[in-house]
Amino acid sequence: YAVSGNFTVPINTPYETHLLDESLLPKEAVTNKEELLEYFKTMTYIRRVETASDNLYKAKFIRGFCHLYIGQEAVAVGAKAGLKEADHMITAYRDHAHQIVNGDTGERVLAELMGRSTGCSRGKGGSMHMYYPEKHFWGGHGIVGAQGPLGTGIAFAAKYRKTGGVCLTFYGDGAANQGQLFEAYNMAKLWKIPVVYVCENNRYGMGTSVSRAAAHPDFYKRGGFVPGLKVDGMDIFSVREGTRAAANYAREHGPVIMEMNTYRYQGHSMSDPGTTYRTRDEVNNMRQTNDPITYVKNLLLKHELATEEELKAIERAAREKVDQEAEAAKNAAFPDPSEFARDILLNHEGSVRGADLGQVYYPTPRP
Amino acid sequence: KEMTVRDALNSALDEEMARDERVFLMGEEVGQYQGAYKISRGLYQKYGPDRVIDTPITEAGFAGIGVGAAWNGLRPVIEFMTYNFSMQAIDHVVNSAAKQLYMSAGQVKSPMVFRGPNGAARGVAAQHSQCFAAWYSSVPGLTVVSPYNSEDARGLLKASIRNDNPVVFLENELMYGSSFPVSEEALDKDFVLPLGKAKIERTGKHITIVAFSRPVGMALKAAEILAGEGIEAEVVNLRTVRPMDRRAIIESVKKTNHLITVEEGWPQSGVGAEICATVFESEAFDYLDAPIERVCGADVPMPYAENLENMALPSELNVVAAAKRVLARKL
Repeated sequence: YAVSGNFTVPINTPYETHLLDESLLPKEAVTNKEELLEYFKTMTYIRRVETASDNLYKAKFIRGFCHLYIGQEAVAVGAKAGLKEADHMITAYRDHAHQIVNGDTGERVLAELMGRSTGCSRGKGGSMHMYYPEKHFWGGHGIVGAQGPLGTGIAFAAKYRKTGGVCLTFYGDGAANQGQLFEAYNMAKLWKIPVVYVCENNRYGMGTSVSRAAAHPDFYKRGGFVPGLKVDGMDIFSVREGTRAAANYAREHGPVIMEMNTYRYQGHSMSDPGTTYRTRDEVNNMRQTNDPITYVKNLLLKHELATEEELKAIERAAREKVDQEAEAAKNAAFPDPSEFARDILLNHEGSVRGADLGQVYYPTPRP
Repeated sequence: KEMTVRDALNSALDEEMARDERVFLMGEEVGQYQGAYKISRGLYQKYGPDRVIDTPITEAGFAGIGVGAAWNGLRPVIEFMTYNFSMQAIDHVVNSAAKQLYMSAGQVKSPMVFRGPNGAARGVAAQHSQCFAAWYSSVPGLTVVSPYNSEDARGLLKASIRNDNPVVFLENELMYGSSFPVSEEALDKDFVLPLGKAKIERTGKHITIVAFSRPVGMALKAAEILAGEGIEAEVVNLRTVRPMDRRAIIESVKKTNHLITVEEGWPQSGVGAEICATVFESEAFDYLDAPIERVCGADVPMPYAENLENMALPSELNVVAAAKRVLARKL
């Protein structure tokens, strides 16, 4: 049946809560055709960028670590949709999607992955270190769990400066066992810091399943004294409404822990085929029955807001756009050698020693 | 006028907090208790709990919170009750603060100071008596400052707080109560000393003694003793360990042709080793008339018993002995 204007969609999986008033959480979400198409477009685009990363990695254009987000798209896109402009985000090393939902382009992400001067960190950060501070995205961190206190500090500063912003602090189910996260929960609660801890539970920390790593697998309850909620991370509306409620709660009362149940289709990183610690059936089953993009696609079809053809055209457009962006990124220059000694310090005086005494570098301001 | 190092640090913090409301102090017992070593005395009363923040015992947590706050527009001063405890948080100092500017190609700035007592204390055994200057000073992106007297403490701390880069500020518990004369100029609320510049504390022509923090006092005492025997020692107070004022060391060695270094840290991979390398790798090497000697903490964990502890730490007598050896080996 066709709908027009705003209409409601159900939140299929009831939220599970911990010390949080359930009435804060809606049972349905209001949306419309434009919004659904936009979500479909963004998620498709992110998946396409990640697929391009996969290919470019295998073609040896990308070096080192590279962690893909395929399967988890509803989390980043839905969370961003639940935030206000003053709000912030910080995450771990699986950060490409977070960079994009905060306004960056696939071209700059792919260029960063290939170590090019046009990359979002000018080729100096790589896969795990992307940032967009003007848009309040703070990276991109390679030390598992370190972003817990860092995100708490970003939120601390928002409170100190009275900006009204909260900080969404993402971490995985693996990082959830890091001690410093509990240090952060404690101070955030004591000082009512407006931080939302978001555990992206994709079921495996590298190759170790939650059941083998976490004695208490209900991550949303793990703050003990910190309220929590568990969200279906494959349903963008569940994510969006949960995030909005959690962020608004955090603005007033301090920290909340959200657990987003999600799944990554690829391995942990490019060196992991993702098949030694789980079955292919498990992955295929998730793709076929619980894919976050398919969910939005089906909503569009069911409500007759788009035809199969139109959605295919969107997918095709995403593919073409990313192909062009990948090509442009590939053709971009590697960083100028002047970048080498730049950004070690602000207002850097003096020289920087190279590998031998014959190599001395003088940091210059960026032109 | 005389002032203790403690009051110098306290007044520097006070003035910088008054000057810029983005500056706040965070750490264990900095507020109501007024500082484990009373460096923050009176600040909680003056600036309140929003700017002088007592944390739980949770170094990794509050160091990380400090770094995040610096990124988002504040200028935190993070106190480690002692630098021994900063090991719990060294990941945030090195990986979160020092490297972020570089990895983000200049987008993410960490204008902040980590500070607290570093080095040997007395009677507190191995886990609480250790110098971390060599550890932190090996990291690009960090500025490592270590004051000796009250003027150093005031001018360098104020400069560190105003600096836009992350600074590791290494104080010394045994110096807090020491009094030094301070100039009118040093009492000005805008008195800052340049980071990365050494100070010649005493001029001399026979031998150079390079030191930082409390060992500067040993070097000065040793120079006094040596002067009684007709040896004129030049004492260089590094003030900043990174960036190291290599030019000051080189120029002094070119003048005196002899060098010893003094520190409380361990010998291997120590600051003294780095000073030696500076000489070996520069034209100063050609001016050396004898091998360099390092005076440093003994190569053992700090013992508790007083007699053993005394054996572990350098004193002016070690400096005098080293200077005489070096001068006796004149080529």
